[in-house]
Amino acid sequence: MSEPGDASGGKALGDFLSEAQEIIEHLNRDVLKLDDNRKRGQHEPELINNIFRSAHSLKGLAGMFGARGMSDFAHALESLLDGLRMGRVAIEPEVLDLLFESVELFNQLIVEASGGAKVAKRTVTGLKKQLEKLLESARARAEDNPLELVELEPAMLGVLTEYEEYRLVDNIRRGMDLFRVRASFDLMSFDEHLAKLTSVLKTAGELISTLPSSAPADDQAIDFDLLVGARMEPAELEALVRPFEARVERIPRRDAQGRPTLRDLPAPPATPAPAPGRARPAAPPAAGGAEAEAEGEGEGAEQRAPAPADLAAVSLRSVSQTVRVDIKKLDSLMNIVGEMVLVRTAMQAISEQLKAEQGFSGLAVDLFKAARTFSRRLDELQAGIMEVRMVPLGQNFEKLSRMVRKLSRTAGKEVELRLSGADTELDKLIVEDLADPLMHILRNALDHGLESPAERRAAGKSETGVIRIDAYQKGNHVVIEVADDGRGVDLDRVRAKAMERGLVDGERAAELSERELLNLLFLPGFSTSDQVSELSGRGVGLDVVKTNIANLRGMIDMHSVPGQGTRLLLTLPITLAIIRALLVRTSEEIYAIPLSSVIEILEVAGQRVRTLDRREVLELRGTTLPLLRLQELFELPAAPPSEDGQTKVVVVGLAENRLGIVVDGLIGQQDIVIKALGPSLAQVPGIAGATNLAGQQTILVLDVGSLIQEARLGDMGRQA
Amino acid sequence: MDYDVLVVEDSASMRAFISSTIEELDGVRAVQAASGFEALKELPRRAFHLVITDINMPDINGLELIRFIRENDRYAKIPLIVISTEGSQRDRERGLALGANNYLVKPFDPAQLQELVTRYLKGGP
Repeated sequence: MSEPGDASGGKALGDFLSEAQEIIEHLNRDVLKLDDNRKRGQHEPELINNIFRSAHSLKGLAGMFGARGMSDFAHALESLLDGLRMGRVAIEPEVLDLLFESVELFNQLIVEASGGAKVAKRTVTGLKKQLEKLLESARARAEDNPLELVELEPAMLGVLTEYEEYRLVDNIRRGMDLFRVRASFDLMSFDEHLAKLTSVLKTAGELISTLPSSAPADDQAIDFDLLVGARMEPAELEALVRPFEARVERIPRRDAQGRPTLRDLPAPPATPAPAPGRARPAAPPAAGGAEAEAEGEGEGAEQRAPAPADLAAVSLRSVSQTVRVDIKKLDSLMNIVGEMVLVRTAMQAISEQLKAEQGFSGLAVDLFKAARTFSRRLDELQAGIMEVRMVPLGQNFEKLSRMVRKLSRTAGKEVELRLSGADTELDKLIVEDLADPLMHILRNALDHGLESPAERRAAGKSETGVIRIDAYQKGNHVVIEVADDGRGVDLDRVRAKAMERGLVDGERAAELSERELLNLLFLPGFSTSDQVSELSGRGVGLDVVKTNIANLRGMIDMHSVPGQGTRLLLTLPITLAIIRALLVRTSEEIYAIPLSSVIEILEVAGQRVRTLDRREVLELRGTTLPLLRLQELFELPAAPPSEDGQTKVVVVGLAENRLGIVVDGLIGQQDIVIKALGPSLAQVPGIAGATNLAGQQTILVLDVGSLIQEARLGDMGRQA
Repeated sequence: MDYDVLVVEDSASMRAFISSTIEELDGVRAVQAASGFEALKELPRRAFHLVITDINMPDINGLELIRFIRENDRYAKIPLIVISTEGSQRDRERGLALGANNYLVKPFDPAQLQELVTRYLKGGP
């Protein structure tokens, strides 16, 4: 026998991991919903069953990719959830806490399984023990067997899963009437019709089980028995399912002695008698009318079907039309587009040359037209691939609300998290890399920003603090605002700390503006908090957040009003994959500047450049624009001054910050695909990556965000 | 001789893994079904030599599928292997009682699955 497929390696592992991740996302959403339902006093058996199924699937998957720890833990969780769905464990707040913690742990275990940080064994066994303890204490209850109270055929009982059997018991206990609904459908389209029938039945009660009947009368049809628990008269249910030509039978109850009760006397037919009016394939009866057509095959059937049924049909379809793709494949497609952009540039150059040599006629016109069409299609292709990479930021919001819920309880603070702009779309990679910085910012807000309920009361605020996250698109960027209504930053403490750390002397410290003081908070190791709290942890500060955001070529700004709160503004590019850039020349080197950050291009007389605090600045319309010379930053040989004595300045900006980059010459605009640099160059500030030009020349792409930060924090950062 | 095997499993990665594992065997072709409904549609399309099914699935569960196959003259003789997750012992036993020939518990050894499949395709017990 050949070597068996290895589940723990290669593609299979990747598939398992990404499906597991997907399941965990679902799990998280469902648990949040469960929490919500509990607060509103709603009970939704199907939701709990979904959560159970998620844990169950995770256990299976984890076992296959050899994550023993995860599979064991999933098993413990599954047992508890089984207790929940079987009604043995009540949905109490502490149960929900454990569920939330479990989801969090799964996330960490997934990271571990994909080769990331290890999860302490203690954490896993600790949580597992808690799950088991909870289940243990609920297990004591004894069970009677109400199944004996109904006349259900053993054949039907025999195929119920444990859960379905429990739902049956639960329905009997609650005094629901049980019905068997029998319907016959065309084999090729039964799932659509069945989905519609199912959603109609769910409006009446609970659908306990769906059984395909084993003896269809012909090859083209299939019969189903649906077991339904509902509190209504058979005639009412019959009216509901009439459009489906379904038959309804009430399943008789027995009295305490096990005899059938009088009202249920008509016994169910033992074997499936053919349904009346079974004229297949799928012909509506002549007297059917509009109602009956809803079940027919006509094109109009869908519009006429009851609304909830339509929904069910739609959701069935959408599930099967999603494709999961490795992001690397999209990257490589994008790279190909990048190469094609080069081809386009070459084609356009040839077209121009031909035009110059032969005049605009004949082949020159044809080539020009072809190049133009090609260019347009290429733009569409590029936009299409970009769109596929876009995901809503809302993915992160779920994680964040879970974390805030947990942390606020640890910190003993009341917090309301208000989220808006969940559907704002960003490149998938950016959304993923935003998770950590956002989490850290929230921790900071919770830990340092928001006061305790007592403090808030004393300050005349409501006891519940509010943290708001608003995301929105602004031109080529996405802005994420995180604001709290806490105490704000104590600027005097920042000033004192800066002097204590020797960053500034007393004289200079007194002069520091609010903005400069707030910027100090982003320096490595700078923290105003004297005692290290459990929340923010030790040694990770806003500098890490700044680095993370800078790696995404974004920008972070802070505003704070004492007593009223702190607001952080993250400005991020929508994608990192392909951008339009301005090519500039400095000392015979070519650099690309992302066009989205270019505000204007100036030509100024050299004498207008002044030196302020050992730095070159330019007075521009009443403001002072700091200047940066690329040959100084990258230590290039100085180019001779231009003949006309003019200095070319590219003004770039991110959020509210401006910087003038002095260049020797401008080359033009071009679409570029940014490629990551090797580890040695990746650490050089001011460089976002490299790109290839036509003729395979490789040039560097400037990172405007980090250049601005460098210019803003430069001196102080170097002293720190 | 070619063998068609119906693989019924709602987890996409598990389904793909089971399929690729059994397709390593000579002449075996896996037909995938992501739910009980899909299995019901696939069954009449060709003469399957073997069905491998999960138990816990949305729409109709594996037990219902097993009963459907066993009580339907056209399919009654097809060998059936249940692949279920550990802990669902009761459901697994029901599966065997309904006429499944054998079962595997996830996580299973791929070699074991191949061995079972080989056995039933050769008309073993």
